[in-house]
Amino acid sequence: MIGQTSPADFVRTPALPAAVVPRRRGLIDWRRLSPRIWIGASVVGAMIFLALTADFLTPYDPNYQNYAEFRQPPSADHPFGTDQVGRDVYSRVVYGARISLLVGVVAVGIGMTAGVMIGLVAGLYGGWVDEILMRIMDAIYAFPALVLALAISAALGTGIVNIMIAIGVVYMPSYARLVRGQVLSIREREFVLAARILGAGALRLMLLHIWPNVTAPIIVQASLNISTAILTEASLSFLGLGVNPPTPSWGSSLNGGAQYLATAPWLSIYPGLAIFVAVLAFNLFGDGLRQLLDPRLRGRGQA
Amino acid sequence: MARFIARRFISMVPLLILVSMMAFSLILLLPGDPALAILGEERANADNKAAYYALRAELGLDDPVPIQYLRWAGRAVRGDFGMSIRNKTPIGETIGTRIWPTAELALLAAIISVVIAFPAGIISALRPNSWADAGATLAALGGVAIPHFFLGILLIYAFAVWFRVLSPSGYVAPWEDLGQNLKLMIMPAFAVGTGLAAILMRQIRSALIEVLNQEYVITARSKGLAERAVVIGHALKNASIPVITIMGQQVGTLIGGAVVTETIFAIPGMGRLIVESISFRDFPVVQAAVLMLALSVLVANLLTDITYGFLDPRIRHD
Repeated sequence: MIGQTSPADFVRTPALPAAVVPRRRGLIDWRRLSPRIWIGASVVGAMIFLALTADFLTPYDPNYQNYAEFRQPPSADHPFGTDQVGRDVYSRVVYGARISLLVGVVAVGIGMTAGVMIGLVAGLYGGWVDEILMRIMDAIYAFPALVLALAISAALGTGIVNIMIAIGVVYMPSYARLVRGQVLSIREREFVLAARILGAGALRLMLLHIWPNVTAPIIVQASLNISTAILTEASLSFLGLGVNPPTPSWGSSLNGGAQYLATAPWLSIYPGLAIFVAVLAFNLFGDGLRQLLDPRLRGRGQA
Repeated sequence: MARFIARRFISMVPLLILVSMMAFSLILLLPGDPALAILGEERANADNKAAYYALRAELGLDDPVPIQYLRWAGRAVRGDFGMSIRNKTPIGETIGTRIWPTAELALLAAIISVVIAFPAGIISALRPNSWADAGATLAALGGVAIPHFFLGILLIYAFAVWFRVLSPSGYVAPWEDLGQNLKLMIMPAFAVGTGLAAILMRQIRSALIEVLNQEYVITARSKGLAERAVVIGHALKNASIPVITIMGQQVGTLIGGAVVTETIFAIPGMGRLIVESISFRDFPVVQAAVLMLALSVLVANLLTDITYGFLDPRIRHD
């Protein structure tokens, strides 16, 4: 992923004078909140707002085809112009945020839930269970992510639910690996050994002792994954193998618009920019979150 | 070294078997059975039962799944993936011709990313927090976020529609006309390589900053070596090792990017093959193509490991 530093990060608050007793720091060290996370969070927030209020904020029905006004350039009536069948591009871009967010969040949720469970089981039980589960994860990981998502959604049939499953399966191994690694390192720590000696069962160990210690890296991973999931959905829909038409998806808008590039570039440029901004925002947010939550980065200077 | 390579190669075999099982089982995900999916519900109805049973027999669907897998894998090892349902040609041959444009595109994209990332990363690392560094950081953030296909479309708009210096799409094999081939491949390769360039640049920057603070670099400086010799001869060598890791990890992304980008630029590679085959319900081709792409990733990972072994003797002997 992207490196951890940005010029803005170097603007640090001055060190506390020695006489002042430093306040106890909680999980979140607010001084490490970089502008990166603020920018990312505000754009993500704006996207969520647009997605939720799309019904009120768009001037037209995104699927209303006005054949009298097809491929009109941006104007006061249609701020982003109209597409090849006379639909309002602005309305489709705003509704597209809904699809992108929905697919991004649910797909990552699917991958995360399955991956975390597999990682916990593999890490706690070890032995052949671990071996089999992790080799399967390795095999999934060996496929180029986009190609695997493409093949799964082609086999299951296109549509929003199948695409979520396809993307979720692709992201499963990264969570399984992450959680397994964490479990293996935490499993041998004194507090877990102590709990075991006291007779705690596997479930209790998992829920009370190991789970709280793996949540932070999972959250970071998930927030970064949402951006790649949005990209993957856009790519699949661009190839015509994602959500079904006429569902307004940024990728499928680009797919329909690209052939009119020479005469109607707005058909491609606005949906493309929407994907770009969404992915950028989730990347900034995830990166900022990592700086905030990663214990290896916390309390240290710049990496 | 030979023993190290052999060991790595053998350790890849179980993974290879699992990967082939997964590629095979894609066909099991199809609703109904593959013959039904290929023919389509409407064409496999009552008055067309004969065609349906013939296709079932042709695909060997009457045998149990493990037998089907073993037969498929046994042939695949010899490069025989059966016949394409769409145009009745051997799938192995089709893949043999379709894999080269994708390989070339991925290779050119990797070259472009290295050519961009090294100078940008070095400049950033030498003057951290300068305007050049801030600019490179911003460009890298953008480079990671922009979808390959959107960048491709923007490039076509700029260079084919606006300036009219490049043709928007098409493909000529390099052995037919290398100049024309490169002229057609430059935009797609750039579209695919930008994301990797951004990732590499950040990696080179942080690795180089770390290495430049190490004692051997201070020694090299204090014995009066020119800055250029210090950076290029001493620091960059060590800073390059993580770059190889990233390259190895990103091969899959590179291939995925090539697959999408081929569609925009009308390059007859594996991506177009997969997308076309899906729309014609030619699933045996999809299976074979997906398997071959996964295989390419595995081979690339093996090569990364071997390169590591060459660079760092400690890895060879553990």
